[in-house]
Amino acid sequence: MFGKKKVKSQSAETTGTPATRETEGLSQGQIIRQKFFRHKVAVFSLFFLIFLTLLVFSSSGIHLGTDTHPITVHGWWPLYILDIDPVGALESTCNGGMTGCPTMDLIPSFIDGSPMGFGAHPIGSDDIGVDWWALVTRGAEQSLTVMVIVGALGIFFGTVIGAVAGFFGGIIDAILMRITDMFLVTPTLVLGGVIGSRFGNLGVVPLAIMLGLFAWMGLARFVRTEFLTLREREFVDAARVAGASNRRIIFKHILPNAVGVIIVSGTLLLSGAILTESALSYLGFGVKAPDVSLGLLISNYQDSFIVAPWLFWWPGAFIIAIALSINFIGDGLRDAFDPRQIRTIGKAVKVKSPKKAKA
Amino acid sequence: MTQPVLKVSNYNVDFWVDGFWYPAAMDMNFEIQPGKTLAIVGESGSGKSSSAMGLMGLLAKNARTSGSVEVKGVDMLKASSSKLQSFRGKEVAYIFQEPMTALNPVYTIGFQIVETLRLHLGLGPKAAKARATELLDLVGIPNPTVSIDKYPHQLSGGQKQRAMIAVALACDPALLIADEPTTALDVTVQAEILDLMRDLRHKLNSGILLITHDMGVVADMADDILVMKDGRTVEYDTADNIFNRPQHSYTQELLAAVPKLGSVPMRTLEIKQEAKPVLSLKNVVIEYPKRGRIPAFVAAQDVSFDIFPGEILGLVGESGSGKTTIGRAAIGLIPVKSGSISVVGQEIAGAPQKKLSSIRRHTGIVFQDPASSLNPRLPIGESIGEPIFLAGIAKGAELNTMVEDLLDKVELPRSYRNRYPHELSGGQRQRVGISRALALNPDILIADEPTSALDVSIQARFLDLLQELQGKLNFACLFISHDIAVVEILSHRIAVMQHGKLVEIGPRDQILNNPQELYTKNLLAAVPVPNPAEQKKRREARAALLASGGN
Repeated sequence: MFGKKKVKSQSAETTGTPATRETEGLSQGQIIRQKFFRHKVAVFSLFFLIFLTLLVFSSSGIHLGTDTHPITVHGWWPLYILDIDPVGALESTCNGGMTGCPTMDLIPSFIDGSPMGFGAHPIGSDDIGVDWWALVTRGAEQSLTVMVIVGALGIFFGTVIGAVAGFFGGIIDAILMRITDMFLVTPTLVLGGVIGSRFGNLGVVPLAIMLGLFAWMGLARFVRTEFLTLREREFVDAARVAGASNRRIIFKHILPNAVGVIIVSGTLLLSGAILTESALSYLGFGVKAPDVSLGLLISNYQDSFIVAPWLFWWPGAFIIAIALSINFIGDGLRDAFDPRQIRTIGKAVKVKSPKKAKA
Repeated sequence: MTQPVLKVSNYNVDFWVDGFWYPAAMDMNFEIQPGKTLAIVGESGSGKSSSAMGLMGLLAKNARTSGSVEVKGVDMLKASSSKLQSFRGKEVAYIFQEPMTALNPVYTIGFQIVETLRLHLGLGPKAAKARATELLDLVGIPNPTVSIDKYPHQLSGGQKQRAMIAVALACDPALLIADEPTTALDVTVQAEILDLMRDLRHKLNSGILLITHDMGVVADMADDILVMKDGRTVEYDTADNIFNRPQHSYTQELLAAVPKLGSVPMRTLEIKQEAKPVLSLKNVVIEYPKRGRIPAFVAAQDVSFDIFPGEILGLVGESGSGKTTIGRAAIGLIPVKSGSISVVGQEIAGAPQKKLSSIRRHTGIVFQDPASSLNPRLPIGESIGEPIFLAGIAKGAELNTMVEDLLDKVELPRSYRNRYPHELSGGQRQRVGISRALALNPDILIADEPTSALDVSIQARFLDLLQELQGKLNFACLFISHDIAVVEILSHRIAVMQHGKLVEIGPRDQILNNPQELYTKNLLAAVPVPNPAEQKKRREARAALLASGGN
């Protein structure tokens, strides 16, 4: 047909030397990786998130353990959230008497008279003189930790429980889904409060683990539904005839087909984790002062938006940057897993679509 | 000459895709007289459905139509949307391919007929209901006064299609557009529906535009035929001329590709006395267990047969007869309630998981729907290599060469190995399916309706390939199909199933030429033959057979 010839010649151009490249057999994993790395926005987001994580962690250092047994690695930023500098905060005023203004001056002296430089608190300090950069990086560190742990646990348990329930069905499904129901009827905030008051003083990691153990139910439901429909498809029978074990069928054959659902609700889960953490912190059950998290910073200073906007902008920018890059990475992953998604390969394959329309 | 009910001239359909207009139908010219049938034939993607939908402005938003389409002298392409709406259902009615999806499941069939009647004819509720009952009676739905309150799921496939026809006929349309009206139905039901349509055409004097890929149906119904390929009219002539004196080479190819019942020479196979059967079923009973309020369903009852090395057994029967169930049970995908199934001498019924997978190495299966039987997220090279990899025969580079060999065997380019299933055509996908089934050099191949999703010309090539491979590799095969003409081409022996029971089994020619059971006779008589004169004879013979108390 006319459409097909076009496709062949164009795809030959885009893939370079098809004769040598195409005959080499690629596994599912290799093809997915190639496709992901062709998704520019996703790759950029991935590197940006890595950069952000490294920046945040290296800047504020690592502070684990309890008050009595601290585990501390200092970061490159000289100030930490426990260092108070009331004098510095008082000296830097702006907006008609507001203290703790950013000391960073990016405008050269021949324009406004004052010399360029960072100053003691480049992005300002809070009302009692704690350096804002130290607070924001520490907050981002905490929020990232919560997000990663909650996300990983939620996605892992949700996927495995949903997959097992949907694939095996019957009594296993019934038991797993009733357990899921029990988790679902427990109000998250009350539970978080209990967990927070019990484990909150141990730092953010145990809190995140406990939250993660209660974050998988929605995902499990979605994955189960997906598995229920997919397991009836003939390719599952074909795999079984080929001698595939249940484990292989679940993870190699069905799971890649359910990846869209997992990624969509997984990204929601990650952003939800930040919100839960900030809600808990706001109620006083999550991260406790003097320690901070991004959510806590925003909720503490939401009234300062007009008079001291830097108190609001910086944690907000960090949250947006983290959430956006996770969404873009998820987008790229989903496209990479979906063989029909052809945006990244170029226009060549799109010529096929009129055939579909005709049928 | 009277005024034609439909006159189409210089008619084009295009689709707007990614910044280009792609033509789906180009420069079509045809007309239908009252009481006549025009059949548009062509393979999938030839634009036959799109052009028919476009006649009444039923295409998606990215389509455009041009030219002129006159229904009773009114140009539909220039008509306002309210004018179009008044013509749809009243003057022009559609019958769709899938009665299961074309009827709204939440309304009774009576309601759906009454709706059309009240909309177009302005009848009162009582009069409309009376007329609806009359219509259901006309299309031969048993007990119309009760059936009128039934929901679509309470009717069988054939009854649903009858109900669809009743909806379509509600306003005595001048033109009936039937888009593959019998493709989803069994042959015996198909024959009934075709009888009904032929009957109604004479009663109501409507014109019929029949869209189909089945040359047998065309031979049964059509007065004129229009052959389409890639959106162009290849040939437009009377049925007699097309079937007996096709001018265009494409029409000739198309007709040659259609399997014709009773035209394939004898196939015999010497089975050595001492040969042991590769697949042996003894008194097999398969039951789908009770689920909630749905009672247990016996899908196969006391089925026994043997398949010997190198033999192809054709298993035919209508939908729901249990033939697929038998095929799946033969490789242990469905548990057996009682009886025994043995593959190369090893019992598969009730075998534990480990043993099952070792027995399965001797088997291969090709599924009905190539789109569903290949994992959409797995490149086809991996799908083909999976049985070899899992059997632990080869991996890495060695596996790669074996996959290449398999692709060569089914005549697919090696470069296709990294493609995903959706990038292949239906015929190519089915080749992938067969190469996967043959990956482990099975002793027995189960082919479950492997050609039902393919166009005739692709089907013909696929059957050639399968025969060639079978000759080379000499595997035994259980070939399941509803299409007796296809089974005839391949099989040495034929088994006929009905309602889960084996009705008749015997050598091919005995079953086809001298069937013993009434059901087999009915089944054979219902198969339409792509030759109008012969089909007319067969139709009369079938009527006589039914009148003599058959079925």
